[in-house]
Amino acid sequence: MTHRFDVIVIGGGHAGCEAAAASARLGANTALLTHRFATVGEMSCNPAIGGLGKGHLVREIDALDGLMGRVADAAGIQFRMLNRSKGPAVRGPRAQADRKLYRAAMQEAVATQSSLTVVEGAAHGLVINNGRVEGVTLEDGRSLSCAAVVLTTGTFLNGLIHIGEKKIPAGRVGEAPARGLSEQLAAAGLAMGRLKTGTPARLDGKTIRWDLLEEQRGDDPPEPFSFLTRAITTPQVSCHITCTTAETHRIIADNIGRSPLYSGQISGVGPRYCPSIEDKIHRFAEKESHQVFLEPEGLDDDTVYPNGISTSLPEDVQDAFIRTLPGLAAVRIIRPGYAIEYDHVDPRELTHGLAVRHLPGLFLAGQINGTTGYEEAAAQGLIAGLNAARAVAGLDAAVFDRADGYLGVMVDDLVTRGVTEPYRMFTSRAEYRLSLRADNADERLTPKGLGLGLVGPAREAAFSARMAAITEARTLMASRALTSAAALKAGLKVNQDGQTRTAFQLLSMPEVTIDRLAEIWPDLRGLSGDVRTALEADALYAGYADRQRREIERFREDDREAIPDELDYHSLPGLSMELRQKLSRVRPATVGQALRVDGMTPAALTCVLAGIARLAPQSAGQSAGQSAGQSATRNAGRTSW
Amino acid sequence: MNQDSTIFALSSGSGRAGVAVVRVSGAEAGKVFALFGSTCPAPRKASLRRLFQPDGSVLDEVLALWLPGPGTATGEDMAELHLHGSPAIVSAVLAQLSQAEGFALAERGAFSYRAYRNRKLDLLQVEGLADVLEAETDNQRRLAMRQFLGDASHTYETWRADLVRALALMEAAIDFSEEDDVAVKATAEAQAVVRRLIAAFTDALSKAGRAAQVRRGLRVVLAGPPNAGKSSLLNWLVGRDTAIVSPVAGTTRDVVESSLVIAGTPILISDTAGLHQGTTDVIEQEGMRRTLRAVGEADILVWVEAVDGVSTEEPERKPDFRVLNKTDLAGAGSRPTGAEKVWPVSVRSGEGLDDFRAALEESIRVRNDLGEDAVVVRERHRRAVELALGHLHHARGEDGGGDGRGLEFIAEDMRKAAAALAGVTGRVDVEDLLGEIFSAFCIGK
Repeated sequence: MTHRFDVIVIGGGHAGCEAAAASARLGANTALLTHRFATVGEMSCNPAIGGLGKGHLVREIDALDGLMGRVADAAGIQFRMLNRSKGPAVRGPRAQADRKLYRAAMQEAVATQSSLTVVEGAAHGLVINNGRVEGVTLEDGRSLSCAAVVLTTGTFLNGLIHIGEKKIPAGRVGEAPARGLSEQLAAAGLAMGRLKTGTPARLDGKTIRWDLLEEQRGDDPPEPFSFLTRAITTPQVSCHITCTTAETHRIIADNIGRSPLYSGQISGVGPRYCPSIEDKIHRFAEKESHQVFLEPEGLDDDTVYPNGISTSLPEDVQDAFIRTLPGLAAVRIIRPGYAIEYDHVDPRELTHGLAVRHLPGLFLAGQINGTTGYEEAAAQGLIAGLNAARAVAGLDAAVFDRADGYLGVMVDDLVTRGVTEPYRMFTSRAEYRLSLRADNADERLTPKGLGLGLVGPAREAAFSARMAAITEARTLMASRALTSAAALKAGLKVNQDGQTRTAFQLLSMPEVTIDRLAEIWPDLRGLSGDVRTALEADALYAGYADRQRREIERFREDDREAIPDELDYHSLPGLSMELRQKLSRVRPATVGQALRVDGMTPAALTCVLAGIARLAPQSAGQSAGQSAGQSATRNAGRTSW
Repeated sequence: MNQDSTIFALSSGSGRAGVAVVRVSGAEAGKVFALFGSTCPAPRKASLRRLFQPDGSVLDEVLALWLPGPGTATGEDMAELHLHGSPAIVSAVLAQLSQAEGFALAERGAFSYRAYRNRKLDLLQVEGLADVLEAETDNQRRLAMRQFLGDASHTYETWRADLVRALALMEAAIDFSEEDDVAVKATAEAQAVVRRLIAAFTDALSKAGRAAQVRRGLRVVLAGPPNAGKSSLLNWLVGRDTAIVSPVAGTTRDVVESSLVIAGTPILISDTAGLHQGTTDVIEQEGMRRTLRAVGEADILVWVEAVDGVSTEEPERKPDFRVLNKTDLAGAGSRPTGAEKVWPVSVRSGEGLDDFRAALEESIRVRNDLGEDAVVVRERHRRAVELALGHLHHARGEDGGGDGRGLEFIAEDMRKAAAALAGVTGRVDVEDLLGEIFSAFCIGK
């Protein structure tokens, strides 16, 4: 039996769902191939969405009409805006999610998406004809034909679970790994690597002494992820905090040789920002205690996720050390923690559209590209799905750059720098951090999404209304003004310089809010919460915004200079061997990207430019000034002796 | 690369031609003439212009070119100043330009990059440039830097480590605020490191200023026993009677200085009181003390003895030249012997003088060449450190940046400081910061 699809997405995780939905939103006839529909939208690790940097990604996915923000709003049971005490540019929305509600909401979103068909089955391999990917074969013998495949295999590529000395080939606990695909990718000449991640044991909440523990409440009212969500209606719960003790550390230290991380059994590289508890205790021996957050996995689910004690120690050791934590003396472990190793593709094999450069028709997203995290995966899924659908329609890749958003930063980092550990988003990765805020993701990206056909009519209408309200409020605030003397009289500490300041300018001062200004101008009282947030952030960063805009223009100028793909860096004189190798591997698409390659210098760039000129031998322009200068030097004939 | 600013650089190579060309490219290029208190020449017309220093003194008289874009080498407005090829003048011009708002010393390759961007480089030229830059591989660059900088590289590495530390602490406080290991004290430590960097940069800049003054000209010192003919040699070199000459030993009691230009380099040449042992004359003792100080400060020390004169103990500082004067007094006295090269001359008859002057000139040229490269390196670094210092002051709220600003603003200023110093300390990458964060803090709840 043969089906003809435009795009087949392999994998029903966070990357796969966004990829399938994005492709379908563009109108491509899309299939989502997954083992079982019931596992679509599964949160394999911690039951939380968002965070610093990650929350930005969720808002950006939402601004492009992706699924994650809305699904997390439906499933969120504890919302917190991280860094609330800091400026809006570095705030990140985060929520604990009910895993069952999350799956249900994601499955509904997938099921109701038009042009999207769910196919249950296990992918066996890619159909490659004349160097193009043209379909997928399934383990049960079926084969599906298509024009493009988006591969989102997560940790399933040659997945190998480690629990103490035990090794279990698996993609997730209880689910078989995908073996053939990895070999096929390697055979196609793609550079591969091996990474590692881990997850803690799951605990039975009924056996925890909650009364002994510190409670961490969520925000009230909770702030949703999605620009479309008006209010969170799901009931809210708390997290609790416990910590490791001297006894915990002793047990782990005594048994560290039984951890596959220390016995040499694991070769993959794990993330430094998410170390296992044995790593923490080994590397930071001087620390007497580590915090552990007990996160509920659902409203009607007693499973608890102990965030901070991911481990691959044997089950008996896990059992012993977890019971040494306050409140957990009588805890029942539902299932042990584990480390998992998996294959990934060197993301420098990819274009900025997440297409595999040397295997047309194949797109990759998520952990297969060396990233970690649901949000990172989902953002890539959206980009890969979008571009797979565009490729099928014969359109150029749609690329988001480093000034568009965190998703652009992430893709550019991946394809330019590659990965040495699972890649996670941080706000420190974004050079235009003050401009790329979670609160203005729609302003930055929704217009672009509309142009690409990614954004549906409901969001378009909501976006237009919101922008109209913000514009109106900006006009209002620009038309209200006070002299410095009047401002002082109104209780605002401004320099007595005789200048007149608009309400917007006054808003940029520390500790001046719209509420405060509304005492002076009562007509500001009517502004809604999200409009206030937008204006306060704009005013706060106004001083830096202009400078950053200029930097972005310059950066984009460089990114418009294309480098032909056939440029042979090994033939360029003057480049160091190290740079030749790096440039050959990355194959930067533009001069701007070449500048971001590690170790690049302006002198080396001149060599690259020379190489480009040799490939495109049209003499464009003369250097009148240079020759004039030279002859003037000769004619001047001025010497001192 | 900063593509907003107007860039400038010494575009000519060594100073041997006697002319040094400083090129300027960018939107502000036309302001160059006014910056030196001069007027803008007619477009594309080589014109004579006098350049002034901020204090009103004449810096140089130059051939000036005003080349409005787009018909220029880079496609932008350009100006060229054809200076007298001395490191002192070049250094002063570059220093004055680097002080100007919107101007930045060009990094290597910056002119050709702009030309490329504006489609001004044709195939041949681009290839030619690549050949020129062939030697510019990273290892060679690093090696060259090390040779230039010597001990400085150690200082730069310390700065880099401090910058990485301060930035990492700030970024940790932003990105890992949820971690119990990243306490509020992270930002306090960051502020302490920033204070340390501010002090280090301020100190380095004040020293750079003094170093530049020393480089403003070379000191040539004539020294030796009394009555060897040092003053006569000085007068011959300068070409006028600067020093009083007499056959009486000890005529020169003090250091007599005179300036002249050799190989395009301003030279301060000093005639000194003769050195000899056993004097009790207080004035003579003071004169000799001053001689020794001048010898200590000499860039080029010329040791002058006479065929018929007494020999005296040489100072510790090894002479660069040994001149044996009064060769016209045939057979008189014993000649100093040894392995060292000696220049026999007679100031009275003129014998050997031209050979000596040629050798002195060559020696100055060699120093000149070395000096010019050093000027470029140092000027760029000085400018970078100045910029970085400005950003750090802003981060500290010391220039009206104000208190109560969020962490993200301070981090932004510090990122800018690190970017400004990239040419000095190497690029500080987010991976460097993450490495520092993950080794300093136990991250991962």
